Amino acid sequence: MPSAPNETLLTVEIKMLSPESLKRIDRELDKYPPDQKQSATMSALRIAQEEKGWLASETIEFVAEYLGLPAIAVYEVASFYNMYDLAPVGAKKITVCTNLPCALSGGVHAADYIKKKLGIDFNETTADGCFTLKEGECMGACGDAPVLLVNNHRMCSWMTEAKIDQLLADLQK
Amino acid sequence: MTDQGIILSGLDGDRTWRLADYVKRGGYDALKKIIAEKIPADQIIGEVKKSALRGRGGAGFPTGLKWSFMPRAFPGAKYLACNSDEGEPGTFKDRDILRYNPHTVIEGMIIAGYAMGCERGYNYIHGEIFEVYDRFEEALQEAREAGLLGRNILGSDFCFDLFAHHGYGAYICGEETALLESIEGKKGQPRFKPPFPASFGLYGKPTTINNTETFASIPFIIREGGDAFLALGKPNNGGTKLFSVSGHVNKPGNYEIPLGTPFSTLLEMAGGMRGGRKLKAVIPGGSSAPVLTGAAMMDCTMDYDSISKAGSMLGSGAVIVMDESTCMVKALERLSYFYFEESCGQCTPCREGTGWLYRVVHRIESGLGRPDDLDLLNSVTANIMGRTICALGDAASMPVQSFIKHFGDEFAFHIEHKKCLVPKEVQYEGSKIYVA
Amino acid sequence: MLEIEIDGKQLQVPDGSTVMEAANQVGAYVPHFCYHKKLSIAANCRMCLVQVEKAPKPLPACATPVTNGMKVWTHSEQAVKAQKGVMEFLLINHPLDCPICDQGGECQLQDLSVGYGAGQSRYQEEKRVVANKDLGPLVSTDMTRCINCTRCVRFTSEIAGLMELGQAFRGEHAEIMTFVEKTVDTELSGNIIDLCPVGALTSKPFRFDARAWEMSRRKSVSPHDSLGSNLIVQVKHDTVKRVLPLENEAINECWLSDKDRFSYEALTAGERLAKPMVKQGGQWLETDWSTALEYVVNGLRSIQADHGKDSVGALVSPHSTLEEMYLVQSLMRGIGSDNVDFRLRQVDFSNDGKMAGAPWLGMPIAETGTLDRLLVVGSFFRKDHPLLAQRVRQGIKKGLKLSAINSAFDDWQMPVANTLCVAPSGMAAALLAVLKALVEVTGKDAGPAFTDALQGVSASSEARAIAESLASGRRAAVWLGNAAVQHGAAATLHAISQEIAQLAGARFGVIGEAANSVGGYIAGAIPFGSEGHGKNAVQMLTQGLKGYVLFNLEAELDTAFGNQAAEMIGKAEMVALCTPFKSAKALEYADVLLPIAPFTETAGVFVNTEGRAQSFHPVVKALGDSRPGWKVLRVIGEMLGVQGFDFDKVEEVRKRVLDADGLVADVRLDNTVRIDSVAVEKGKGGIERVSDVSIYAADALVRRAPALQATKDAEQPKARMSAATLGRLGIQSGSSVRVGGVVVLDALEDKGVADNCVRIAGGHALTASLGALFGEISVERV
Ligand SMILES: Cc1cc2nc3c(=O)[nH]c(=O)nc-3n(C[C@H](O)[C@H](O)[C@H](O)COP(=O)(O)O)c2cc1C
Ligand code: SF4
Ligand code: FES
Repeated sequence: MPSAPNETLLTVEIKMLSPESLKRIDRELDKYPPDQKQSATMSALRIAQEEKGWLASETIEFVAEYLGLPAIAVYEVASFYNMYDLAPVGAKKITVCTNLPCALSGGVHAADYIKKKLGIDFNETTADGCFTLKEGECMGACGDAPVLLVNNHRMCSWMTEAKIDQLLADLQK
Repeated sequence: MTDQGIILSGLDGDRTWRLADYVKRGGYDALKKIIAEKIPADQIIGEVKKSALRGRGGAGFPTGLKWSFMPRAFPGAKYLACNSDEGEPGTFKDRDILRYNPHTVIEGMIIAGYAMGCERGYNYIHGEIFEVYDRFEEALQEAREAGLLGRNILGSDFCFDLFAHHGYGAYICGEETALLESIEGKKGQPRFKPPFPASFGLYGKPTTINNTETFASIPFIIREGGDAFLALGKPNNGGTKLFSVSGHVNKPGNYEIPLGTPFSTLLEMAGGMRGGRKLKAVIPGGSSAPVLTGAAMMDCTMDYDSISKAGSMLGSGAVIVMDESTCMVKALERLSYFYFEESCGQCTPCREGTGWLYRVVHRIESGLGRPDDLDLLNSVTANIMGRTICALGDAASMPVQSFIKHFGDEFAFHIEHKKCLVPKEVQYEGSKIYVA
Repeated sequence: MLEIEIDGKQLQVPDGSTVMEAANQVGAYVPHFCYHKKLSIAANCRMCLVQVEKAPKPLPACATPVTNGMKVWTHSEQAVKAQKGVMEFLLINHPLDCPICDQGGECQLQDLSVGYGAGQSRYQEEKRVVANKDLGPLVSTDMTRCINCTRCVRFTSEIAGLMELGQAFRGEHAEIMTFVEKTVDTELSGNIIDLCPVGALTSKPFRFDARAWEMSRRKSVSPHDSLGSNLIVQVKHDTVKRVLPLENEAINECWLSDKDRFSYEALTAGERLAKPMVKQGGQWLETDWSTALEYVVNGLRSIQADHGKDSVGALVSPHSTLEEMYLVQSLMRGIGSDNVDFRLRQVDFSNDGKMAGAPWLGMPIAETGTLDRLLVVGSFFRKDHPLLAQRVRQGIKKGLKLSAINSAFDDWQMPVANTLCVAPSGMAAALLAVLKALVEVTGKDAGPAFTDALQGVSASSEARAIAESLASGRRAAVWLGNAAVQHGAAATLHAISQEIAQLAGARFGVIGEAANSVGGYIAGAIPFGSEGHGKNAVQMLTQGLKGYVLFNLEAELDTAFGNQAAEMIGKAEMVALCTPFKSAKALEYADVLLPIAPFTETAGVFVNTEGRAQSFHPVVKALGDSRPGWKVLRVIGEMLGVQGFDFDKVEEVRKRVLDADGLVADVRLDNTVRIDSVAVEKGKGGIERVSDVSIYAADALVRRAPALQATKDAEQPKARMSAATLGRLGIQSGSSVRVGGVVVLDALEDKGVADNCVRIAGGHALTASLGALFGEISVERV
């Protein structure tokens, strides 16, 4: 069938994401009305990032084509939300909340301690590519301060120095 | 957690987040009652109005009234959204509700969908609590399999489906219209109102947005009646409320207490002041609420009206407790940084003003403050407040104004002496903030 | 209607009005940046805050709906205080270097800061610096100046149809950008320059050429497509420095297409012909006017004497003025030849003599916004008619359902509800199928002329969808595009489309290719008419004449036969070419070159697609010795002793063509053709060429505008084919192919091209030797 004019003339390199990731994106798409594919942008980017580690331009472009959106619309989203990484990060990204409620219970101290242990500052990656450290905003877990996230999804609570030592050791394995 | 509550009490069973445990606790009885007795929508909304339930997301808007705004006769899709984008510094109650009692939110939303004629709902969950998002997805699956969601719920002709949508690191998505934009797969930039979501919401369709805790209160109201809920609190402040207590207390955590409970009682429940130090200041309703002095706070009861009379807001019920080891300039600096960092960048006063505020507070903190900086801060906040698209502009301004109002001498000291009034060692003892 | 009081003035506004709209009505100026009447409301700049009775805080006028009995103060203390507060925020991160900014003197921020800014900045931190972006050859950036009003972003997605710009990042880091170094490629991109209220987006070709206040502003009319956009031409020292839109809601609204805006660069191109030239003994010599004119006159005289009156003929470009076209045809007829035509890319003239009037849009342009159904037949709509397409795009948002039939599609950047993509040889059959479906859907009969043709036709589901769509409308239209007019069976396509419109109760229109496609008919620059029947463009270009007068055209690029036409012309005894440009090819086939003035240097009229005659005056002096075309033609006419060439002013010529009040009489606009019978020919099965004339190849001006030539749209023609066609021919996308036995092009897979077809752009030097725009063509691997 001759194509409709609105179909993009570029051919999508379907190999960009694994079939499993695509299946997961499709499942997200099912949550929204069929004419609202854009709604799956956030989860599609998240799934892509889980697979690739970070969101390269080509990955964003792929997600855009997969959802039938202008690439810049998807880039707007990827650059708006803090948990997407537009540059490579270490194998383990650690995000520490330093916001006021956490700070009052040692959040800043926890971050300082990790910085000292890993020898890096916020937004830096250890030389071995193992760890990246980020400063986070309120995670909605202030009662458990200090709290930190490992690779966006795993939350660690009450991070005393001893627990940080243990965590870093575990993550390095 | 206490047993005074209706949301987080009685959660002592095994895996309380599972459907089986919820049902054991009387879960879904309210829904079943509605379906069995074919209770009319109006009656449900009436019951919610009677309960004097006020929105738990921050603004405290009467929930029953909000529900009655939905155009009932509107043909076509209508939506429901649950706001679990808890990102207001100090607030961590919705996480616990979803972690330990997700089905009460699901049931509350189904009932809301029934009452307002919505076919679909979304729960927007803060990205940073992704494990909770996963758990909520499981709960949804359980509910779907039990015929509690989807087509012909419990054999009736009522259909309602519910899905989870996650955030990914943007505080502003807690603002209800930014949240809708985000569900639509866009940047979370708030919309100008009017039109309000009740007429132009998700995908341009009528939509009602409520906080997680608001929905979680619904099953009780329907099961036990609006009056019973109201009786738990005090007039115009119905029910119990979750308070997230953080900061310099011995037992930070969530406490569910009747509205109207004295602050001192809450403080006691939270184990009292850490290290026995003196209470200096409290932000009673999340970081956006004006700070109050410890003394003023000790005179308050925990309800919308009392806190408002004291000059602040009950907000989301996040109680940030600060003792005498706190440097108020440093505390404000961190909050100002937060609003600067989280401004969506859409409207001029907030995009430009939050950065300005932060930079001035920062320079005061770092000993570079100037004599007229406090006037400047007050003037910049005045130029932000009331002139932005959403309330983040106000939220960024109120802390600045209130910190200067109540702790002005500490700021003046900083400007004059280029150092904290509270000695560094004392600060370190209190919060371990600064390794000297 | 709602009652509102603004600054003490009472007025009534329609329901749904905003305070801004109401304020505009009473002439109360509310300062603003993000608000633009053609764009969605963003309410993000907050500059338009006004005081509203009972509102606890100032409200943005642009976004606040009027409520009955509302009282508003736009300049009260509260309002001004709020506006000043916003202005301070806007300026804290904005560079204050107006003297070196290209926007200086025409900057809304600069203007408003005079009234609303404070003298001394209270912001003493470092200002933000934002990296510039490369948006392509037309728009230059200085992103540090950007105030994030998002007008440009909204323009690309809402008006141009594709979100090419976005606001990435957030908060203070928010930045306007394209996706990772992409350029802005819409054919409407220049409008973001006008929209940008500060100096963040400026014109690249114009950059630092002149300051706003140094230039004079003169009105003109675009000489390109058939819309006739109204222009403001900005001039300094008798040179065109810049072209801006002159707002005309009925035509171009406040927009311009990039070709309207940037083609002025060609006016000073190296190829401008500044002196008359004649070829003597194979050598080109510059000469004076009288020598050159003498040469032409003598040439015409002697050819006619030797070979008969009709051995000479004239071809005139549809981008010429009405007066020029009229004089060209009067001249020919005055010397006894009916050989005159302006329809240079048309090949099927079998409707000549059967037409009731000049083909036109069939409706006012402004009314296109009220259509609810539209079928566009044979058009590369978006690129051929950028702003008309834009209107349709807006119409679609209000419920217009668009259908299209063509042999190749590109992305129109608007939802097309139904499409039928068939080879050129299948176009007539496709239209018949739609007609057949319409008969079925409406229960009405097609005219007797169609009885035979409809025998055995069955409507495909696509045809049926189009028919149902058209029939279900209340304000429908069927338009023929350029490709339908240039098609080998154009008369048949016209006839069937006319019948479709008739049956669907739709209006019928021909969009028309060029600025004066309607005017050419009105001026009588056609070989038929009351007087007699001369040779049409095809006959003149393929059968050959002994003498040619070519007016304002480049035979190899502007006609249906490309180089073959040029070659045929070259065989004549004398070719007189009136042209603003000298090209290598013209030097081969012409014998005399007469430098005529382009539109900016002459006066005249263009009759646009809705039949509106728009006159314009010269905005600069004619370059070198070049002269307005009408004057050149007058002298030639006089020298040849033609009656009625003794006028002094162009207006006198105009009067002979137009009504007393300068209008085209309504009766002269009529798309109806008499249909006797309709015969549909089938293709022979070979690969067929489909041609668009690419947007920046369509006329002599755009072809010479360097910035336009640097855009994506000006890329070299490719041999575009569907995957199936490529596969059948064993050709890889990206490899080289030889087409028509002579031209080597890159093959490109293009889903939008009908099967068994190859899309190759015309109007381009690279493809000029291929001849006919439509028809069978060979495609081989090399
Ligand atoms: C900047 C900003 C952040 C907000 N964050 C939240 C939030 O995290 N959770 C929430 O429920 N409401 C939040 N709100 C309030 C919501 O906009 C909205 O009022 C609320 O979700 C309505 O629900 P309720 O009536 O049940 O309280 C926020 C508002 C603003 C302006
Ligand atoms: S106040 Fe801030 S967060 Fe809210 S819309 Fe304006 S810029 Fe965005
Ligand atoms: S013009 Fe109204 S907010 Fe910008």
